[in-house]
Amino acid sequence: MIRIDTNGSENDSLNGGKVMKKRFLSVLTVAVMAAATILTGCSGTQTAATTAAPAATESKSDAATTEAAKAESKTEAKAGDKKEIVVGFSQVGAESDWRTANTESMKSTFTEKNGYKLIFDDAQQKQENQLKAVRNFIQQDVDYIVIAPVTETGWDTVLQEAKDAGIPVIIVDRMINVSDDSLYTAWVGSNFLQEGYDAVGWLDEYLKKTDRADKDINIVTIQGTIGSSAQIGRTNGVEEKMKDHAKWKMLERQTGEFTQAKGQEVMESFLKTYNNIDVVIAENDNMAFGAIDAIKAAGKTCGPKGDITVISFDAVAAAFDSMIAGDMNVSVECNPLHGPRVSEIIGKLEKGETVEKIAYVKEGVYPADTAAAEKPKRQY
Amino acid sequence: MKKMGKLDGKVFLLIITIVLFVAMYLAGIIIFNSKGFAKPQVFLNLFISNAGLIVIAAGMTMVMITGGIDISVGSVVALACMMLAWMMEIKGMGAVPALIIVLIMGLVFGLIQGYLIAYLKLQPFIVTLAGMFFARGMTAIISQDMISIKNELFLQWAKSKINLPFLGGAVNKKGVVNYPFIYPSVIIALVILVLVFVVLKYTKFGRTVYAIGGSEQSALMMGINVRRTKLYVYVINGFLCALGGFLFCLNTCAGFVEQAKGFEMEAIASAVIGGTLLTGGVGNVFGSLFGVLIKGTIETFITFQGTLSSWWTKITIAALLAFFIILQSLFAKAKEKR
Repeated sequence: MIRIDTNGSENDSLNGGKVMKKRFLSVLTVAVMAAATILTGCSGTQTAATTAAPAATESKSDAATTEAAKAESKTEAKAGDKKEIVVGFSQVGAESDWRTANTESMKSTFTEKNGYKLIFDDAQQKQENQLKAVRNFIQQDVDYIVIAPVTETGWDTVLQEAKDAGIPVIIVDRMINVSDDSLYTAWVGSNFLQEGYDAVGWLDEYLKKTDRADKDINIVTIQGTIGSSAQIGRTNGVEEKMKDHAKWKMLERQTGEFTQAKGQEVMESFLKTYNNIDVVIAENDNMAFGAIDAIKAAGKTCGPKGDITVISFDAVAAAFDSMIAGDMNVSVECNPLHGPRVSEIIGKLEKGETVEKIAYVKEGVYPADTAAAEKPKRQY
Repeated sequence: MKKMGKLDGKVFLLIITIVLFVAMYLAGIIIFNSKGFAKPQVFLNLFISNAGLIVIAAGMTMVMITGGIDISVGSVVALACMMLAWMMEIKGMGAVPALIIVLIMGLVFGLIQGYLIAYLKLQPFIVTLAGMFFARGMTAIISQDMISIKNELFLQWAKSKINLPFLGGAVNKKGVVNYPFIYPSVIIALVILVLVFVVLKYTKFGRTVYAIGGSEQSALMMGINVRRTKLYVYVINGFLCALGGFLFCLNTCAGFVEQAKGFEMEAIASAVIGGTLLTGGVGNVFGSLFGVLIKGTIETFITFQGTLSSWWTKITIAALLAFFIILQSLFAKAKEKR
């Protein structure tokens, strides 16, 4: 309200007419009211949060020395299991179902009920937004910073700031590329190499079950975006384990860039080149859907009852639908539910224990015959 | 009174912007006091995170004062970052020559756009739209992959903290004393801002820029070389874009095709919120600085709040923009009446 007054007096010095003055005032009033609504909108939810926060989170600006403060914070940590742990989480965005599930997992893990307070920030796919968010987390004196990085690079400066402030950083999903490994405490994510192993393991079992273990098997692979950690891990995992199977032959590998359209295109060209494909490995579900469309369009069949076996990765909800429909044979999970694993790490750090630098999440293999039973249990 | 009357539009719009910023910041301090919004570092972070944007908004303000616009800036920033990363990491060049080449690229880019706009009388929007596509395309041609900058000298520039202990240190929960700090990029940005301000306000060139924006016809009749002035404005703007790209890159330390998308719109929004008229003739780089700071404050609000979707930043900026253009149109009408 004070603002209106100052602006009003400002108007007095203008030589515009009285009508103009009134119009300015009305516009200003509306704007200030709008701003006030936004601010109180924030503060409304905010007051609840602040009152919920225990006194322990108040900054101790009056601490005499660093040593004293250190001792104090230690005793506090010991004294209170009830102390609320503040976690700042900077998420990439909401570009896919997988990502949304990842966010939900974090939100449902870091609840007040579990003794956490989560500060969530959506970076809208922009690295610069993530840098801003992390800087704000540091100023808010959070206990832990969790980052699902948009990019692998550019983290040196801001993570150094976090380190200087003594705040542990946990990276989830994508790995980051920093000059100094001590800039982050732990990484939580998928073991893509293991996913590759699992895919081969499943195929081996499946061929034994269908009495084709001693037959020649021709395989094609639709790879993900070249250079992405998922592509590298899955391709290498499959390649390594294939060495144990002399009868299996990889006809060709091509990238489908993780998209359905490109996956379909690549499969079409494979089908034109080779007429003896037994197995197609798609390095994510979307490309598998594209491949299935291409197979059907070429007049062939796929799935458990078809000519071509379709192996996929990620195991998103749509993949289960595809398996139930009898199109896809198996999907190897890429688990987005990182929350519990991160919470486990934080629990250990709180007790002063050391943690593994690399922590993988548990991932399963979901074949078509169990798809209908598994689907209702899936969270994403 | 008479003096105030003469200054009315410009000063009034600027004052509103500053008052709005101060009010928002005070509100933040009151609402988020327990979370540490009042720390000096929160304020300094506005500059650290937006150093590049401050420089680019200054260039944009100058262009807009002439009545033009430049929507290529975001792409030029991406191109500058990619060129820096590519030259240093793939070609093994030193940080200094790489920076010089990038700045020259900016000058040339501005020269071409400026020539097309000033001498061939093409629409700034269309010319810079082409520039936008061209720069983004070139960025992808150089490399589709993300290039991480590991050049030691560059990282030294990026990482050397300048502590400001006189602003008071704070002990955080972990018992670590933190002094407020800035990076060299902030100093560069502020120096550039002051330079652009001085040039616009106190040089003959600066006054011609305002004159052209006010009315190109009368500027011509006054014997001002309109074409040459416009060309210079776009050349300077191109240079500032490349420099802003460098500052942006000091923050992100990487070259990447998707970088700085929508940056041009943030620069335009900052200038408008800062009191620059889209029709030209009115504008102040310090206003644009406050425009940038307001944007930064809204973003800080959202992170401190912790549960709001970060898209509220965009919605709030939309509301502010609407508010400021309504104000501007009221001023334009007031001017006509006189």
